[in-house]
Amino acid sequence: MSDDRRMLAETLRRYLSEQYGWDHRLRVAYQAPFHDPEKWAGMADLGLFHALVGEDRGGMGGSGFDIAVIFEEIGRALCPEPVLGAVMAARLLSATGTPLTALLSGETRYAVAIGELDAPYDLDGIACRADRTGDGWRLTGRKSVVYGGGVADRLLVAARANGQIALFDLAAAEADLHPYAMIDGGPAAEVLLEDTPATPILPAAQAALSDALDWGALALSAEALGAMEATSAALIDYLGTRKQFGQPIGTFQALQHRAVDLTIDIEQARSIVILAASAMGTPVQAKRVAQAKHLVGRVARKLAEEAIQMHGGIAMTWEYPVSHYAKRLVMIDHQLGDSDHHLGRLIETLQTA
Amino acid sequence: MDLDYSPQERAFQADLRDFLAEHLPRDIAAKVTARREVSKDDMERWHAILNARGWLAGSWPKAFGGEGWGPIEQHVFEEECCLAGAPRIVPFGVKMLGPVLMQFGTPEQQADLLPRILDGTDWWCQGYSEPGAGSDLASLKTRADRDGDHYVINGQKTWTTLGQYANRIFCLVRTKVDGKPQEGISFVLVDLDSPGIEMRPIRLIEGGYEVNEVFFTDVRVPVANLVGAENEGWTIAKFLLGHERTNIAGVGFSVQALEQVKSLARQITRNGRPLIQNTLFAARLARIEAELDAMKITNLRMLARAAQGGRLGAEPSMLKIKGTEIRQAINDLARRALGPAAAPFPSEDLDGNLSIAPEGHAHDAASYFNNRKISIYGGSNEIQRNILAKGMMAR
Repeated sequence: MSDDRRMLAETLRRYLSEQYGWDHRLRVAYQAPFHDPEKWAGMADLGLFHALVGEDRGGMGGSGFDIAVIFEEIGRALCPEPVLGAVMAARLLSATGTPLTALLSGETRYAVAIGELDAPYDLDGIACRADRTGDGWRLTGRKSVVYGGGVADRLLVAARANGQIALFDLAAAEADLHPYAMIDGGPAAEVLLEDTPATPILPAAQAALSDALDWGALALSAEALGAMEATSAALIDYLGTRKQFGQPIGTFQALQHRAVDLTIDIEQARSIVILAASAMGTPVQAKRVAQAKHLVGRVARKLAEEAIQMHGGIAMTWEYPVSHYAKRLVMIDHQLGDSDHHLGRLIETLQTA
Repeated sequence: MDLDYSPQERAFQADLRDFLAEHLPRDIAAKVTARREVSKDDMERWHAILNARGWLAGSWPKAFGGEGWGPIEQHVFEEECCLAGAPRIVPFGVKMLGPVLMQFGTPEQQADLLPRILDGTDWWCQGYSEPGAGSDLASLKTRADRDGDHYVINGQKTWTTLGQYANRIFCLVRTKVDGKPQEGISFVLVDLDSPGIEMRPIRLIEGGYEVNEVFFTDVRVPVANLVGAENEGWTIAKFLLGHERTNIAGVGFSVQALEQVKSLARQITRNGRPLIQNTLFAARLARIEAELDAMKITNLRMLARAAQGGRLGAEPSMLKIKGTEIRQAINDLARRALGPAAAPFPSEDLDGNLSIAPEGHAHDAASYFNNRKISIYGGSNEIQRNILAKGMMAR
């Protein structure tokens, strides 16, 4: 890891632990608007958004590893800020040549609206429609569970125009937005579009959208890794201190072996995230990302369930942080393609090779 | 062995179905099948309806107001109730304290307390677990010190399910500190409006409130409220845990939940095709269905043995492990099936026009998280495995 990258990760970790403490996190994650604009601005001041984007586009990072280290810290702190939208928007806007100044300063919050109820992960099933009218383009359809949608300034929407998938940009205020919190905290929204004016920014957007989905999936995989590290540390600490039957429960071999298996799984997850981060921008990007999201999805759910079980009742409570980590770890699999979805992609690459 | 019910059992099943179709309130069944919270009023209404038919405590002997059901009839009753979407009978009075009083209580206690369980006068809750004593009950610390004809209770209980609705609690308390830890425990009945009791709700992982902490500070309880002999509580606790495990396989819950996932997977489409045509998802469903079908028979085989008067040794532990694993796997499938639609935090804003999950499924992710408890409570699955291992190695 380069020194710059390590420094940013350490700065972000310190900022989140000092400025975004546990009680604050819980309040923000479940109370409208489900994020903290002040802390978002603070993260922008640290240079967070510059790290998401390459130098050629005015940023100071933009590699797979830059995204991975940032999101690992977001996961470790269970931070609900909608940074995912910024990662994906940066890729899409770069593909169109749109200036990124407002994104880099943190001034403009973007959400990317691709998924629909019947087509949550696939571009092929998109039903949202773009129609040309006298003075421009209008969108009609519904985008479902748009991450960060409730607090976005601008929306990037994938819609069907002239038989292909195109990308549109609009002010969030133009759409009929219904914001809500996710079960693991943080903002999302239903976006209802009915003859809503929008600006086309990329007529043939299939490749750019696939690429943005890959970068989003890498970010989520790295986020899960950070959350897994934190969960596993809490579990091992608990096994060493919680006493039952007169001794720490960590002395029971049945639990020791399960804890060891989880540690091995997390190492494997770290390796696949590293592999995916190194493959970004290369011909194997799609395969590596699918491998990472698939493997991380499986391991994260297993760790969440095992951590609750081995803690016993305490990890079933809202008060104990592990319950919230467990929710995030399970629900990350519902974002941008679950474990089965990415396994399906991998099966296809095997069958067509 | 016979894989089907006897003619009498089938006739009972038919009666039950008619009864449920006619008397189970639709509004309550709708809440249960959508895994929404059932209110205190709902539970009391349902108990009263069952009690009017004499079926609230069907397994109690006729002498105490029951029907004297054996294990198979009890199973048929529970399965049919689950399939119809009836709320679970609150177990603390009917399933737990009732049998304890019949076995260990004085005639006065029986005459006074059993009718009050049936007619809903008393809502009991359970005071077993403590912060330092979950599955390891022998290490419990709540003290009951004798002072004349009263005990004075000090300590803390936790995981007290639905304690917020109860007026009474049965507790395991320590009446002797020296000797083996199991030998100084007593079983006492406490009125929750006694001075010195404080009940605090515990919020659970998915955001709901169903369990509580109960704090006891110098709570005075008449010695007449002791059940069984002083320091004999461990025997009662073991007796009661055996009862608690009789329906722990939860086959009815699983059958009902699996049917819902199957219908969900036919209803949801992914890029124009029903989810059930997705091979990976269908494989998960098929695997669970095979496990559940096997579980039904495993459960019936063990019930048949119990009905013939055979001693149940390790069977309840097996049923608990497998039954909870299957239920959790079904909850997992329901959550997966929804994809991103599982993500919203259930709230009233999302009901009605803006529903994201198909009707009746808005709480699937929340109930997946909530049901992680079933492999922890009532003696965790790890404890059940220890019991099984001990039994196997002793042979």
